[in-house]
Amino acid sequence: MKRKLTFILATLLLGACIGAKASPVEDRNDLITYYKQIFPDIKFEDYIYGTLSMNTSAKSQYDDIMAFPPYAIDLDKGQKVWESPFKNGKQFSSCFPDGGKNVAGIYPYYDKATARVVTFENAINACLRANGEQDLSYGESEMGLLTAYARSLSDGMKINVRVEGVDALAAYEKGKAYYYTRRGQLNFSCASCHVNNAGKFLRGDQLSMMIGQASHWPEFLAGTDIVTLQKRFMQCNRNTREIPLKANSEEYNDLEYFLTYMSNGLPMQSPVYRK
Amino acid sequence: MPIKTIIFLFFIATLNCANLCLAADGVNEKSYGQSLTFDSKKGNCLACHAIPSEPKAVFPGNIGAPFAKIKQRFPDRAKLRAQIWDATVSNPNSSMPPFGRNKILTEQEIDQVTDYIQGL
Ligand code: HEC
Ligand code: HEC
Repeated sequence: MKRKLTFILATLLLGACIGAKASPVEDRNDLITYYKQIFPDIKFEDYIYGTLSMNTSAKSQYDDIMAFPPYAIDLDKGQKVWESPFKNGKQFSSCFPDGGKNVAGIYPYYDKATARVVTFENAINACLRANGEQDLSYGESEMGLLTAYARSLSDGMKINVRVEGVDALAAYEKGKAYYYTRRGQLNFSCASCHVNNAGKFLRGDQLSMMIGQASHWPEFLAGTDIVTLQKRFMQCNRNTREIPLKANSEEYNDLEYFLTYMSNGLPMQSPVYRK
Repeated sequence: MPIKTIIFLFFIATLNCANLCLAADGVNEKSYGQSLTFDSKKGNCLACHAIPSEPKAVFPGNIGAPFAKIKQRFPDRAKLRAQIWDATVSNPNSSMPPFGRNKILTEQEIDQVTDYIQGL
């Protein structure tokens, strides 16, 4: 009897640790509580700044750079593509409510009809296809520049990703499982770095908290090198010495779904500068 | 023999010689253990551990404890080696990569790193 009780308790504890049976709401609340303990002085709204929120001088340097962003010319290119008419005379704005303003925060969403997660990039390609145009490659700079502008139309919108229904929950759970699974020769999970060691230094790199990470994509790394969120997944996969997956793979889309849900309630800003 | 092959063989020969020379010399043995510890493609221990007694160990990470008084903390060399070989044995949640189990370092390299760390 005693043994059985210990077993039940142990299972419960384990469940609490990895959040195995918790709902998305509980997962998110647990993480918020956890990060509050590690970062008692950082405001929740500032989690969108990642490591910048942990370093006042780096943050003020960042603010200066963002006043005159070095990627302004690149962003103009994205705007031009967004505004250029397709061969049929229509524009991207025709594919989204309100011409594409304040829409990006609901992505990714789970689409019951196609039984898959739909990212904002998927919606861009669906728009191109519906208008008889060619898809753009996922993760490449053309898609990056276009979405940098398209997402900027949603600046300030609060992220509002929904996980409703059994199938949506299953996709969320797959993304979550990916996040917490160790892989690669170095045996890290995403959580090893961004949950367990958030705020610590890996050599010269301080590690950002996971909540807030999905709010500001794409990024211009070093000012001009454009990186989409899923490109960043690839870079982090390489940190663990494993072969990255493909942009727009089902695994990455599920991961993006989970990760973006975790940033719910935080304001979007695109694009941003990062070192 | 194509020139590429010759260059390759020459390269291998130099590598072997370098290894032999290192093995023959105790001082170099230590510095070899140190370079394995520092090398970001090998131990990369500095990613997580500081070495307060070593001025060359700049910008270390702080995920693991600094390497200091290791002999006091690990009087048993086998225990120290085991920690490096697979840290998840003593702590399943450890963030430290399992250098032996996942063959990040060879058995010989683990010995060299162990010897170097134990001297700190
Ligand atoms: C070995 C450590 C490590 C692992 C494992 C890791 N990352 Fe990272 N990650 C970093 C570092 C270092 C950075 C750059 C500094 C920062 O912003 O945290 C980073 C940055 C990021 C960013 C960008 C943050 C921002 O706002 O610019 C995202 C998103 C991210 N990681 C997601 C992931 C995901 C998803 C995984 C798993 C597939 C993962 N990371 C695994 C080390 C890691
Ligand atoms: C990605 C992070 C990381 C890397 C890289 C790393 N370690 Fe660690 N190390 C840790 C952590 C975290 C601990 C704390 C104990 C644990 O969780 O296993 C630790 C503990 C140790 C300990 C025990 C220290 C003590 O006082 O208890 C030794 C010895 C050690 N590491 C040696 C090494 C060596 C040698 C290397 C490189 C070959 C290395 N570590 C690379 C993270 C790391």
